[in-house]
Amino acid sequence: MMDINQVEKSDHTLPNSLIKDKTPLFEVNHLSLTFRQYKKGLRESSTQVIRDFSLKIHQGEIVAVVGASGSGKSLLADAILGILPENADVKGDLKFAGEELTMEKQMLLRGKDISLIPQSTNALDPLMKAGKQVQSVIKRKNKKSIQERIFHKVGLSKKAGEMYPFELSGGMARRVLVSTAMVSEAKLVIADEPTPGLDEHARNETIHYIKQLADGGKSIMFITHDITAALEVADKVAVFYAGETVEIANIDDFTGKGENLRHPYTRALWNALPQNDFIPLKGSQPLPGETINGCAFESRCPIAVEYCAQKPPQNKSVSGGIVRCFHA
Amino acid sequence: MRFKRISLYVVKKIVKLVSLLLTICILSFLLVSYSPIDPVQTYVGADMMRVSPEQQENIATYWGLDESRTEQFLSWGKAVLEGNLGTSLIYRDSVADVIAERFLASLVLMGFAWVLSGIFGFLLGIVAGMREGTIVDRIIKGYCFLLASTPAFWLGLLLLMLFSVSLGWFPVGLASPAGILAEDVTFIERVRHLFLPALTLSIVGVANVALHTRQKLIEVLQSEFARFAKAKGENGFSLLWRHGLRNISLPAISLHFASFGELFGGAVLAEQVFSYPGLGQAVVQAGLGGDVPLLLGIVLFSTLFVFAGNLLADLLYKLIDPRMRKGEVQ
Repeated sequence: MMDINQVEKSDHTLPNSLIKDKTPLFEVNHLSLTFRQYKKGLRESSTQVIRDFSLKIHQGEIVAVVGASGSGKSLLADAILGILPENADVKGDLKFAGEELTMEKQMLLRGKDISLIPQSTNALDPLMKAGKQVQSVIKRKNKKSIQERIFHKVGLSKKAGEMYPFELSGGMARRVLVSTAMVSEAKLVIADEPTPGLDEHARNETIHYIKQLADGGKSIMFITHDITAALEVADKVAVFYAGETVEIANIDDFTGKGENLRHPYTRALWNALPQNDFIPLKGSQPLPGETINGCAFESRCPIAVEYCAQKPPQNKSVSGGIVRCFHA
Repeated sequence: MRFKRISLYVVKKIVKLVSLLLTICILSFLLVSYSPIDPVQTYVGADMMRVSPEQQENIATYWGLDESRTEQFLSWGKAVLEGNLGTSLIYRDSVADVIAERFLASLVLMGFAWVLSGIFGFLLGIVAGMREGTIVDRIIKGYCFLLASTPAFWLGLLLLMLFSVSLGWFPVGLASPAGILAEDVTFIERVRHLFLPALTLSIVGVANVALHTRQKLIEVLQSEFARFAKAKGENGFSLLWRHGLRNISLPAISLHFASFGELFGGAVLAEQVFSYPGLGQAVVQAGLGGDVPLLLGIVLFSTLFVFAGNLLADLLYKLIDPRMRKGEVQ
């Protein structure tokens, strides 16, 4: 189909030193996210939504973050972009291109070096023309012609740029959102659940664009609860459960009955797929704010033993991946 | 196609206006005809003792008071259709002329108050919405709630007591100083007389616009597209400017134009307190003095006035909101 590499590639090469020593473009270590709330007068209470999240993304790599609904995935995107509401407390290290990603840095980088593909087409301002909304991330001159070129690449006409979001079909609106990430000079693109609710064709198209972005040298964090979509595009899959990364697996580990997978939850997800054994996992994940002393997955784990409920397991490297389980 | 749409729209609006006016005419005519005011007595006034029962009878017959209500209504309606609203009993002048003169005075007052409250309310709403939950927001919100529950006449009295009686900065009432010929009244004097009633009206009108604007802005700032705009690197003022203003101005505009009715209602009270010779004061006098032609005339006129406000709101909405504008065309 369309080739994005020709124009875009030059913009996205990182300093050679970075590639040489394989410093990840983006790195999160032990990220936690807590919301402060005032309950009944002045008594403050807090709800922890993300407990312990770690992830590395290298240049040109697609890392899927897979988790059930309500596991705090979208908030993860907000935390990385630094657009959380004021009552949110973020702890942990964020690093971008080897440098610490502070609040001030986030403000400078978002929209420029870090870009978001939002989930819903409601993300377009209903009263602004589609083209204008894409042009706002272009920092160079000739905004209009650059925008029109990208529109052409994703199969949108010049006329679409003059249209308001309500005049666009769902598919067109989604392409507008994707082209925002394409025109930006972003090195990291966070795709926040771009596929659910789409028909087969639109879904494949979206996945195709995400691959294109990665081929153009961008790193992608692909947030989704659709494990099949994740396996189609990603190089690595980070499994998110109750606000923690329980496993980071390579794409090749997802074979057979999941023997190569390191965490029982990942294995359960894999075996729950219709094309595999179609075995559902009973129970539900702990709610945000619930106190968990041991392993977050303990209550649903088929191989849990007594001490799993007493102290939390730590991350460990096992056969090229990372896992948070005593048994791995 | 477009022409067809527009003409259909105009026809619809005209049908609405005609049916509205007809209903108002029937209702107000019925109310007046059942009121305890005896038209003959009001017309004759203090000379009632000197008019014999036969003469009273003759006047009643001459006015058609012995006819059925339907016939009375039809003959009144016919006169109105011919542009004859009758003669005001209090002012001894044609109703149309009285309304025209009074409305001009009211228009200055209402227009001034309307513009001020619109701008001020919109700005307050934006400030409160941008700073939601902070002390600034709470003060503005509290101020609006206080205003929303303040009767216009009471506020007028307070202002009068403070600025006119205690401080003596502004005159106590009327639209121009007493005892000076109309053509000798200076512009400054007019403004001085206009100031307090206009201030009363605009202060009362602020709350509605401010609270709605605040609410809408909070909604916009929490929306998906505001999140996306933030992710694209916009924040604070640029976010408000690029994505906020257009979205919040729509409800503010339609609300403010649709508030002509409340504006007129407020003017009735404010003009009464400040003895400002506007349409509002005239309607009170007409009601109390049994001036039926003037009362009906003003009722019809104010109906038109409020209808015009709503129509303007409707048209502006179509003009500003592309969803409405293009939806009409397609």
